[in-house]
Amino acid sequence: MMTTANKTTLSHLDWLEAEAIHILREVAGQCSNPVLLFSGGKDSLCILRLAEKAFRPGRFPFPLMHIDTGHNYKEVIEFRDQRAAELGERLIVRSVEDSMKRGTVVLKSEDESRNKHQSVTLLEAIEEFGFDCCIGGARRDEEKARAKERIMSFRDEFGQWDPKNQRPELWNLYNARSHKGENIRAFPISNWTEMDVWQYIEREKLALPSIYFAHQRDVVMRAGSIVPVNVPLASGEVINQPKTGEEVINMQVRFRTVGDITCTAPVISDADTISKIVLETATTTITERGATRLDDQTSDASMEQRKKEGYF
Amino acid sequence: MTTQHNDSLLRFMTCGSVDDGKSTLIGRLLFDTKSILADTLTQMDRTSKKRGLEVVDLSLLTDGLQAEREQGITIDVAYRYFSTGTRKYIIADAPGHEQYTRNMVTAASTANLAIILIDARKGVLTQTRRHSFLAHLVGIPHIVVAINKMDLVDFDQATFEKIKADYLNFAEQIGLQRAGRDIQVVPLSALTGDMLVDRGDAMDWYQGPTMLEILESAPAGHSEQNEPFRFPVQFVCRPHASDDKDLHDFRGFMGRVESGKIAVGDAVTVLPNGYTSKVKAIQLGDEQLQSAITEQSVTLLLEDEIDTSRGDMIVKSDQAPEPVKQISGMVCWLSETPLSTARTYIIRHTTRESKAKVGAIEYKVDVNTLEQLEAQGLAMNDIAKINFKLAQPLMVDSYSKNRATGAFIVIDESTNNTVGAGMII
Ligand SMILES: Nc1nc2c(ncn2[C@@H]2O[C@H](COP(=O)(O)OP(=O)(O)OP(=O)(O)O)[C@@H](O)[C@H]2O)c(=O)[nH]1
Ligand SMILES: [Mg+2]
Repeated sequence: MMTTANKTTLSHLDWLEAEAIHILREVAGQCSNPVLLFSGGKDSLCILRLAEKAFRPGRFPFPLMHIDTGHNYKEVIEFRDQRAAELGERLIVRSVEDSMKRGTVVLKSEDESRNKHQSVTLLEAIEEFGFDCCIGGARRDEEKARAKERIMSFRDEFGQWDPKNQRPELWNLYNARSHKGENIRAFPISNWTEMDVWQYIEREKLALPSIYFAHQRDVVMRAGSIVPVNVPLASGEVINQPKTGEEVINMQVRFRTVGDITCTAPVISDADTISKIVLETATTTITERGATRLDDQTSDASMEQRKKEGYF
Repeated sequence: MTTQHNDSLLRFMTCGSVDDGKSTLIGRLLFDTKSILADTLTQMDRTSKKRGLEVVDLSLLTDGLQAEREQGITIDVAYRYFSTGTRKYIIADAPGHEQYTRNMVTAASTANLAIILIDARKGVLTQTRRHSFLAHLVGIPHIVVAINKMDLVDFDQATFEKIKADYLNFAEQIGLQRAGRDIQVVPLSALTGDMLVDRGDAMDWYQGPTMLEILESAPAGHSEQNEPFRFPVQFVCRPHASDDKDLHDFRGFMGRVESGKIAVGDAVTVLPNGYTSKVKAIQLGDEQLQSAITEQSVTLLLEDEIDTSRGDMIVKSDQAPEPVKQISGMVCWLSETPLSTARTYIIRHTTRESKAKVGAIEYKVDVNTLEQLEAQGLAMNDIAKINFKLAQPLMVDSYSKNRATGAFIVIDESTNNTVGAGMII
């Protein structure tokens, strides 16, 4: 162990870290069967580090769980498994494909994005394991509906968020109580911005999946967005074929957020180190989701709608 | 490149009456500090145009819910973030409607500074008084009054001076203005941006600082730093089943320093049982610390094996409070279901819970006249002084001294809802 000099004040990152650790410990102290949603993405990797700081040398008082759409980048899935193994913590994976087999998820068409259907699989997993709290990596700066959500957000037995009737949340006295069947979504990094996340990754020297860094990739331009094409999955299947007439371009890009392949777009970038990413983040003129989420652009209230239906 | 991490953080909120321009002020502040990114602006522009507006409605930045956008009002708190290079800000935009007062209280409880807005055409209204009273009750250290919509009164100095005098008079009555706290009053227009980030040229008669200058220089520090050490135990770490034999006897008390500071070697007492020991080590992840300060989340190891669990409080032995089974506090009722003096509630204080019954409602406050009224029960948004009898002892301080150990919430066990916010006197 290393010994650190005495602090007289907390920097903003220290403060955000201390707040997040406090929230994680409140979940552990108040809930009987919580779970940490872990995707392999940058926000959830920060939460893993925070959980280490909160609970080591003990084990995490919750398992990790990933809701896999089956359409995730292979680099991220490999990283997810590797990280869980390094930490020696239990990783549960539940897949949207299983919900499709059960008939609880029905796609409108074969190429419909499975992203929003994660809610169904998540609710099924919550019921299967009897989880009373799901810890997630959502941040308030990501999206305008998220900007409204409590740190401990109550969901009814259908997983629904009622934005017009949220529990008051005072001081740091979080109320994570729920009855059987209901549950709490806890967001320890609610108050972090994209910049805070990158600065924390830099400070803590966190490893990330390679696709967060600049790399060459085949893409097409579709309705103003950069859409990755011919993406190989871990299963060997290749998805996102270019449509007829689309010109495939090989570009240097990186991802600001990694999610379901069908709804996450990369940005043009030559940032191949964390410090270069921090610099780019400081000067960007486009928000994280604005640049990269194809699913939020459908309507003004898509995130709010999804949250009302049980989304993270 | 090395990144600087030592910038300070200020949490502030906007409050005041309906339509006084709280959301617009935040929108404008972010716009003028170039904190709104292009795509967000495009989206706001599109939504504004759809509504038939000619200029971008900046309140759309924080009014993010469908229902808010439809009605042009704020329903719940929105949190926004920006940074100026010298400082990082967390902003909470609170609703003005009386119906949503509980959401205003939610925002106030974590704010270090409140901007209270007043519409220059309307002057001090009931809701201005209510929010000021709540800001005072919740103990927000810094108050700034923004007399907004100056463009609608021809930027008239006399109008400003009159409202300012009215407000300061009221502030003195409720004790909001007291020795050591200076209430700053700024004339501005959230719509045009005058005196917000830029001075503009319409109000040369005003010599004071702009809103942003006030925010940039407001002290962000916590007075809790100088208070006695309080460490509510959140979680106990006992990895005895681990493969690592060294950890067999490990017993770490995990929590956040709510006030004061602690160093290795300090003599401590664990309450309510009163066991004493010394701090053997302070850890944060794999770092060994020599000391920890207010708001730091750490793990404490003690010299002696002491039976301690969540809900206990570690304090310095020479600063130990007396555990109490009765508390008296100002309570803001937050629920549509009125308070019932017959029922048992749960009180959560730090990491500790106790069943509680109302002993007596001493009085209710009329926020308009500040009169103390007799009350049998409490309805939503009422503020009253209440005594509670407790099943379990709590380790409390007065809220005016220590926000963390002076605050509690009231929970309704049947719904699990948070129904009251309390501050110990
Ligand atoms: N002329 C003028 N209009 C303003 C100014 N500030 C706000 N407004 C207008 O006042 C109306 C209400 O503004 P909001 O910002 O939504 O008010 P609010 O205080 O956030 O309202 P609630 O949150 O619902 O209580 C909008 O039409 C604004 O455009 C100002 O300085 N001058
Ligand atoms: Mg508003």
